[in-house]
Amino acid sequence: MSEHVLNIDGLGIEYPHRFGAFAAVDDVSLTVAPGEIVGLVGESGAGKSTVGFGVIRLLGAPGRICSGRVEMQGTDLVSLSDAEMAKIRGRRIGIIFQDPMTSLNPLLTVGDQISETIAHALGVSGREAWSRAHDILASVGIPDLDVRMKQYPHQFSGGMRQRVVIALALCGDPELLIADEPTTALDVTTQKQILELIREQCHKRNLAAVLITHDMGVIAEYTDRVCVMYKGRVVEQGATAEVLNHPRHDYSQRLIASIPRLDRKDRRLVAAVNDAALDLHDEIDAWMKADRTGSSAGPADAVPVFQVENLTKEFLIKNAIRPKNREYFRAVDSVSFHVKRGEVLGIVGESGSGKTTVGRMLVRLYEPTSGDIIYNGRTYADVTGTAEARRLSDDVQIIFQDPYSSLNPRMRVRDIVAEPLIYHKWEKSASEARRIADLLLARVGLPEEAGQKYPHQFSGGQRQRISIARALATRPRVLICDEPTSALDVSIQAEVLNLLKDLQEELDLTIVFISHDLAVIRQMSDRIVIMANGKVCEIGDTESILANPKHDYTKSLLAAVPRIESVLTGERIHE
Amino acid sequence: MIAALERIRSDFWYSFLKSPITVVSAIVVIVLVTGCMFAEIFAPHTPFDPATLDIMSNQLPPAWEKGGDPSYLLGTDIQGRDVFSAILYGGRISIIVGLGAVALSVLIGVTAGLVAGYYGGVADAVLMRIAEIQFSFPPILLALLFNGVLKTILAPQAFEHAAVPILILAIAFAGWVQYARVVRASTLVEREKEYIQAGQTLGFSSLYIVRKHVLPNILGPVLVISMLQIAVAIVTEATLSFLGLGTPLTEPSLGALIQAGGEFLFSGIWWVVVFPGVTLLVLVVAFNLLADWFRDYLNPRLR
Repeated sequence: MSEHVLNIDGLGIEYPHRFGAFAAVDDVSLTVAPGEIVGLVGESGAGKSTVGFGVIRLLGAPGRICSGRVEMQGTDLVSLSDAEMAKIRGRRIGIIFQDPMTSLNPLLTVGDQISETIAHALGVSGREAWSRAHDILASVGIPDLDVRMKQYPHQFSGGMRQRVVIALALCGDPELLIADEPTTALDVTTQKQILELIREQCHKRNLAAVLITHDMGVIAEYTDRVCVMYKGRVVEQGATAEVLNHPRHDYSQRLIASIPRLDRKDRRLVAAVNDAALDLHDEIDAWMKADRTGSSAGPADAVPVFQVENLTKEFLIKNAIRPKNREYFRAVDSVSFHVKRGEVLGIVGESGSGKTTVGRMLVRLYEPTSGDIIYNGRTYADVTGTAEARRLSDDVQIIFQDPYSSLNPRMRVRDIVAEPLIYHKWEKSASEARRIADLLLARVGLPEEAGQKYPHQFSGGQRQRISIARALATRPRVLICDEPTSALDVSIQAEVLNLLKDLQEELDLTIVFISHDLAVIRQMSDRIVIMANGKVCEIGDTESILANPKHDYTKSLLAAVPRIESVLTGERIHE
Repeated sequence: MIAALERIRSDFWYSFLKSPITVVSAIVVIVLVTGCMFAEIFAPHTPFDPATLDIMSNQLPPAWEKGGDPSYLLGTDIQGRDVFSAILYGGRISIIVGLGAVALSVLIGVTAGLVAGYYGGVADAVLMRIAEIQFSFPPILLALLFNGVLKTILAPQAFEHAAVPILILAIAFAGWVQYARVVRASTLVEREKEYIQAGQTLGFSSLYIVRKHVLPNILGPVLVISMLQIAVAIVTEATLSFLGLGTPLTEPSLGALIQAGGEFLFSGIWWVVVFPGVTLLVLVVAFNLLADWFRDYLNPRLR
């Protein structure tokens, strides 16, 4: 027993409500040894974070531990008083939360924050604490400490801030580290550095760590053992390589199979449930392909759908009466590319790279500051008549990232999808429009009665399907997909990506697919544009860019992606 | 679908019945509003019809006091008018003014807030500066000013006839700013949500988006303020009437009754002022408590 730092035995956590109690965590047992990193992986709602909060006894009301023991070197944490528990948090257990923006006090300098924690945890004097804070911050890799320690958290970047949070967790010289999605808010290149730092610290200090994440790639590269959680239970645990290579439980098999791979292109991703989209939808497909105007003679295939030339977008960040005193931020800087008819063009970049801004200019949500977007030979800037502008907006539709804010919560789903048809009077009657809306909802794989419900009654993946159905209602030729799956769990992501692929093939759509996730882009795109800081780094065929990246940024991006392949044996990994 | 409706409804009743004070407030509001609105049915006398007044039965104390008359439950005033009936008729005017003023200020405030929040730019700057300037004056002062100006413009006869609409206008004019600010803030939040942008890419006009998409999603806070504002409007009306700027004495609201009765407070006929005062107090407190519960109900984080 004493060789384990943490020994969780039969832990149950429930949230009482007025109809009974919801068991968020049910009979979870796991152990963590010194120097070992144990991963807790599962989709949202699996209860993985609740286990972490249960161990440190910081469950949000009304949650409570209803059964089991949480032992830390012989002490049962469940039976401790709140005051005794407070002494353990921060001293014997260090905690790293997801969001580095909110886990630091914005009114204290970084140095004050760390030295205050040290003085409190170890009972040393202020001067002593300051010099120890210096050492700890140096050990987590923060440069220029004489300056940096006197700065406030907002002067640090996200990755640097997460380093400070790690330093804060290490202040009390703990034996156990709990990291709850420590890199979810960060870009991949930063994520790699932070995870490596956590691993290095665990090995150096012989720390036991629990790493809670939804990302199998992170689990594969950074954990020694893994617990797969599903609906509050641990369905499988064991050595990471063993579990990933030979998952025994049905759920872990599906979870691992649905992860998009960076090393090969699958024709279809493995989805956790059967695809309803495989059914026949002749009527709606014919409706989709029929041209509203009747003239089927589109431009020749050789003409690119989109020709983007020197596109630049500046946002006003400081207004002033005199134009020369105004300050602008250049989000997109002379970007040029083209989109071929019927292809999927991927745009990849980290946050702040300007990829979303480009997408929004393609659907005319933003006006470019300079440069041209030419759609089928027509320059956007020349389009003035409302009829032509409407025709353009019918042809190019967008699917947004956030499935929770992209649907009006007060409208029935059928009315959401039928709305453009009714508004533009494209169908003979409102009832005909609603019938088509129902067909569209069925086309994207939603059950028959879906149309009568409200958006909040659907899961994230289903809402994204509704957004797709709404976008299809204008019979578009081009779909801009702006991170359509980044808010979704990995198995749901696979279903939505499959749906988009099917629609693209069966309806001859052109897709511009914007994502930060190289593996997803790999599965979806024929060609990719790599963007960084508003500029295009590299454009080319997906295969050749991934096999042979030319630009330094592309290389570092590729190297940073945590890959599940790294521990998968028995399969060739081709570079 | 039906199951969902059922759940929403049962949630509503559950939260409502769990708070006894809210149930009591609701009953009080329903009883008072029904009683006043149908004063012709519930009032035993028509106090403002001189033909029915009996000068002999003036200054009668409430029925349970020595010398009281059972047909005048809460006693009579110096002209022999039944206080209970006067409260019901007066309460009706107070409630009409309260509801009317709130309805009008919602109309003005919500429109201004939507325009400022959704379109931004010059419209936003102008509307919000007006709102801020107005916000720096006490509302009662503005209502007084508005009322006073109209009183000098209109002939005394016309002013008496138009007393209720003028009160509604004056109080609404003093109250729209609150709605405008809240609606503008909510609109700014909603405008950035992706379903609004989806509407833009689908080619909807901005008027249509504001009406069909923004408006239904910002009504929650408006409803809450409205319920609070009904109480405020009733008090404002009573204050104006008390200051002699409200309804004429031939058709007094609760405030006017209090004002008229105040003169006799120390001459022993306390009932002509205490009962209208208590009614006003109960009505306002009940509306406030109901509004408080409603705010908590709509904001699940407070539960």
